[in-house]
Amino acid sequence: MRIINMDHVAASPLLPQVVDAMMPFLTEKFGNPSSMHSLGEEVTETLDEARGKVAALINAKDHEIVFTSGGTESNNWALKGICQASRSRGNHLITSSVEHFSIMHAIKALEKQGVEVTRLPVDKYGIVDPDDVKRAITPRTVLVSVMHANNEIGSIQPIAEIGRIARELSIPFHTDAVATAGVIPVDVEALNADLLSLSANAFYGPLGSGALYVRKGVKIAPLLDGGIQEGGLRAGTENVLGIVGMSKAAEIAAVEMESRIAHLIPLRDRLIKEIPAAIEEVELVGHPTQRLPGNVSVVVRYVEGESMLLFLDMEGIKIASGSACISRSLKVSHVMLAMGIDAGTAQGSLLFTLGKDNADQDVDEVVRILPPVVQKLRDMSPLYKKTSKFKTIT
Amino acid sequence: MYSDIVMEHFKNPRNVGEIPDADGVGEVGNPACGDIMAFYIKVNGNILEDVKFKTFGCGAAIAVSSMVSEMAIGKTLEEAMQITNNSVIEALNGLPKKKHHCSNLGADALHRAIEDFRSKQQGRQMEKPVDGPEVCSCPVCDVNDPEEAPYCNTACGHSSPK
Repeated sequence: MRIINMDHVAASPLLPQVVDAMMPFLTEKFGNPSSMHSLGEEVTETLDEARGKVAALINAKDHEIVFTSGGTESNNWALKGICQASRSRGNHLITSSVEHFSIMHAIKALEKQGVEVTRLPVDKYGIVDPDDVKRAITPRTVLVSVMHANNEIGSIQPIAEIGRIARELSIPFHTDAVATAGVIPVDVEALNADLLSLSANAFYGPLGSGALYVRKGVKIAPLLDGGIQEGGLRAGTENVLGIVGMSKAAEIAAVEMESRIAHLIPLRDRLIKEIPAAIEEVELVGHPTQRLPGNVSVVVRYVEGESMLLFLDMEGIKIASGSACISRSLKVSHVMLAMGIDAGTAQGSLLFTLGKDNADQDVDEVVRILPPVVQKLRDMSPLYKKTSKFKTIT
Repeated sequence: MYSDIVMEHFKNPRNVGEIPDADGVGEVGNPACGDIMAFYIKVNGNILEDVKFKTFGCGAAIAVSSMVSEMAIGKTLEEAMQITNNSVIEALNGLPKKKHHCSNLGADALHRAIEDFRSKQQGRQMEKPVDGPEVCSCPVCDVNDPEEAPYCNTACGHSSPK
């Protein structure tokens, strides 16, 4: 059976060139960049080059890139590091209600330490109103953190505008760009970002490798204390293998981005059009156009996501869902709840995240296989008959 | 994640459907929790002659419903009332821990259908149980204090497991 991976949000395959670039660091180039001798020095040079490639991807300067273990660390560090370094200025954070767990739970932890938090609402497309940011700012605000795009619903936030508002008031602005860096153009200058989180796997680099962009002059306390790696900002021997892989992937992403986007958008739009045409009472989640190029998020009424996912898996189609039954916490996605989608409807969530290797025939397969799966489950569902007669979709 | 028996019942669920002139009907769950199960029974003398179900839910919920229906058919009402959470899990060769509440629901729905039948026989209407989100349990945290269970206080409203 041919495997159709439409779950790139979970993991993307490494590019062959990335594997080749990493190989020597699994074998002969095992040096520690902190060593003074030649084994260490050759690795240090590699790290310097890698920093330049990652910086170039987001139009940053080399010394503004700090390597981390991925999006979660970058997000935790941005929030906790800024709060700690800004205690004398204030203790108020502004964020959105659709952030990733690594923002949401880091903020919960900060709240327990007395930090005050404003969580901005979103519209029905999951998008923050920049005017709300302006209204939420107080003299005690030390950071605004709003994600660039949400991988679960695909919607892209008006980050440049939010960043401009924060900049005018000299408040540091962080954006979680894990879903966008290496995927769509991300430019820290154009976005007015002071801090930006990115992760290598979003652009076919290795899992567990990421970076935090910290604009020169922004005061941030380290998350990890120890040696003076990464200019003293992030202690611990560098994950050389991951960094090399990430930088190669970044270099290729910069070159191929335009063609990848041009490839993904027609596939995305076919699914967005053809799934609801083939199955009644399916709705798109998130913004129709202000949206990640490979993201198709829908809710299918009267059935639950995990059972659809399992049947699709048997047919070789790999996808994700925001259903409560799938999450380890057994909770429906907070993102969909914040958008005003009721918990019952959100249970029917299906998330297709496309990648560069998906093709038109993959879309054909999904559109062929999904309708009978949904029908089988609807025929089994006590909600189907009961509500379809009179309940209208909101 | 699931045992072969669970997957087999999920792929080919037994006894799906409704019984139009059912002697008893039992429904549990709510969509916010992820699962709704409706059981329909036909009773002959004291024997469950037929059992059918409809389920909205995950793979485990569908497999549990199917297994409960198979376990119940041909049993006396008293025997069917003895079907428990654990006996369903055992018959399915285990379920992931976070899915254990699904098996509770299957037995509950069957028991409710039997209670409905008994109430009707005695000529009284069975009180419809209230199933708000507040009775949806969180099998992951297994704790009552939402402060100690940061992952379980949104969709489920978080309350203690039954």
